[in-house]
Amino acid sequence: MPLNQIYHSVVLIKQVPDTRNVRGEVMTAEGTMNRNALPAIFNPEDLNALEMALSIKEQNGGSVTVLTMGPMQAAEVLREALFRGADRVVLLSDRKFAGADTQATSYTLKCAIDKLGRFDMVFCGRQAIDGDTAQVGPQVAEKLGIPQITYAEAIIDLRGDEIVVRRAFDLGTELVKCQLPCLLTVVGSANQPRPASARRRIEYKMAAIPNEYPKLLNKWSEFENEQALDEYLEERKLKIDVWKAADLKVDETGLGLAGSPTQVYKVNYVVLETTNSKEIQPTLEGIQGLITELIQEYIVG
Amino acid sequence: MTDERNVWIFIEQEDQRIAEVSLELLAKGVEIAKQLGSEVWAVLCGDQIGDLAEQVIQHGADQVLLAIDPELDMYRTLPYCRVISNLARQWKPYIFLIGATPVGRDLAPRLASALKVGLTADCTDLQIGDYTSKKENKIYKDLLYQVRPAFGGNVIATIVNPRTRPQMATVREGVMRRGEPDLKRRGRIEKVSVVFEPGDLALQVLSREKREPTVRLKDSPVIVAAGAGVDSLEEFELVRELANVLGGEVGASRAAVDAGFISREHQIGQTGSTVRPRLYIAAGISGAIQHRAGMDQSSKIIAINTDPNAPIFKIAHYKIVGDVAEVLPLLIKSLREKAK
Repeated sequence: MPLNQIYHSVVLIKQVPDTRNVRGEVMTAEGTMNRNALPAIFNPEDLNALEMALSIKEQNGGSVTVLTMGPMQAAEVLREALFRGADRVVLLSDRKFAGADTQATSYTLKCAIDKLGRFDMVFCGRQAIDGDTAQVGPQVAEKLGIPQITYAEAIIDLRGDEIVVRRAFDLGTELVKCQLPCLLTVVGSANQPRPASARRRIEYKMAAIPNEYPKLLNKWSEFENEQALDEYLEERKLKIDVWKAADLKVDETGLGLAGSPTQVYKVNYVVLETTNSKEIQPTLEGIQGLITELIQEYIVG
Repeated sequence: MTDERNVWIFIEQEDQRIAEVSLELLAKGVEIAKQLGSEVWAVLCGDQIGDLAEQVIQHGADQVLLAIDPELDMYRTLPYCRVISNLARQWKPYIFLIGATPVGRDLAPRLASALKVGLTADCTDLQIGDYTSKKENKIYKDLLYQVRPAFGGNVIATIVNPRTRPQMATVREGVMRRGEPDLKRRGRIEKVSVVFEPGDLALQVLSREKREPTVRLKDSPVIVAAGAGVDSLEEFELVRELANVLGGEVGASRAAVDAGFISREHQIGQTGSTVRPRLYIAAGISGAIQHRAGMDQSSKIIAINTDPNAPIFKIAHYKIVGDVAEVLPLLIKSLREKAK
């Protein structure tokens, strides 16, 4: 038997607008998005991915590193990951990353994973609720040159350099055995993601990226200036790394909007032309009249 | 012949049966190739595939690229991606369409990444048209317009891939309509060589279980669908009861599925089923674009919603402003009375 093996996992997460809880008008009169109508949340299936990685670490030892690409506000979901048990979190944020389609996004994530060094498994949610494309996971796997296991629902066995995974679809399941390293995209039925731990919430409440320092200084008057705060956070490993394009080994032509083969040609705000709709009163007489009409027109009967 | 305007369709097959969505895409491919003055080529991989290549030709393919190998028997990402990416590099298709099934959603992104091309998921429409890039000051003729809802379903975006080939898109089953096979149609079948590289066989399928769908929403003449406005189990039972009385199926918007009232199999919309029933009753569904994309071609639509400004009313033939908890019992009662 080989020595008890530990596993190093990388989890890719995304902060998304909560499209499931749309409140108010999402589009402004000018046709732009009203972001306030959509609160930003931790993409739901990414929580399942994180949970899977954390339970592997608990059973075998190892580490869980969480990566996200997004604006500075995405530091919020990284803190959420720390509260749940991540060992290290990194924010990829640069104007040069902006406007990326799945191809440019997966390239950026791939370069960041290269920088992290050794890993055994990469996890991500099956798809993000803002686009539902389910493309970034497989594209990161292709760029890393490792196998992918999409629709992963359960790890049945993990020993040495082999993993056995159950994949779950709407209409069936599949059991696969794969060599590590590999990438898994995790479905929502995989597990019940743990809530943030109260202890870790206290431990990591100050975790921050440098952009958040001014806000923190207002809150914690004991720090004289940003430098003092920075030193304090750094010492306690509470400073969240922010990587820019210059921090990665990248070909910049592959980043952001410029590195995206797909382009949005046009966006149409859909104006619905009212059909000849007939208003039916929500009364017994109204409904009876409707049924009679449908029967006469052979729609029901 | 390397006509670089050809339209490729990935043919998904299992147990010598072609997936419905692949036949639908063949029909769409024929339409697009006609506009481009080019051909439809089908990519068919497997081991024992019987007369599937002939069937593919009968459904519109001009040429079938046939990859036969025991390792291609059951779909696996890496062997399929190896074979198909090699073919695409060799023959340079202009457009490549893949069904948005679990297989297609696993294969298409990997393939697009390997070929370094753009990919648009879950398109609700495909057209051919020109695109002017202001930045490059250049007109691209005859690009594939890949149409899909975006930004949480409030807009319809048209996506193009001006510079990379093939232009790749996935489409859900039911969005396009399949044609009838033409048994006299002839086409070419080209057997291609299959070569794997070390690592392509890193994953083994140990077992596979499939179950038959419990609902065939696509084939049901009547659908009663529940949305966010149906917010209790009791109300959801009313939806089931009405569907029963009408001899129809129960559908749901994503909100109702996410709320846990019913399984994802019943979801109607861009990321669920596309349906065209004789009668569609939308109970408590506001009618976001993603949902409408899956049902707006229904013959008659009855919408019930408390919000008189809900978008669903704009496409409904019958508008009932009211609470589903009150209106559904009235519908059930009236139908039962008429049936007597």
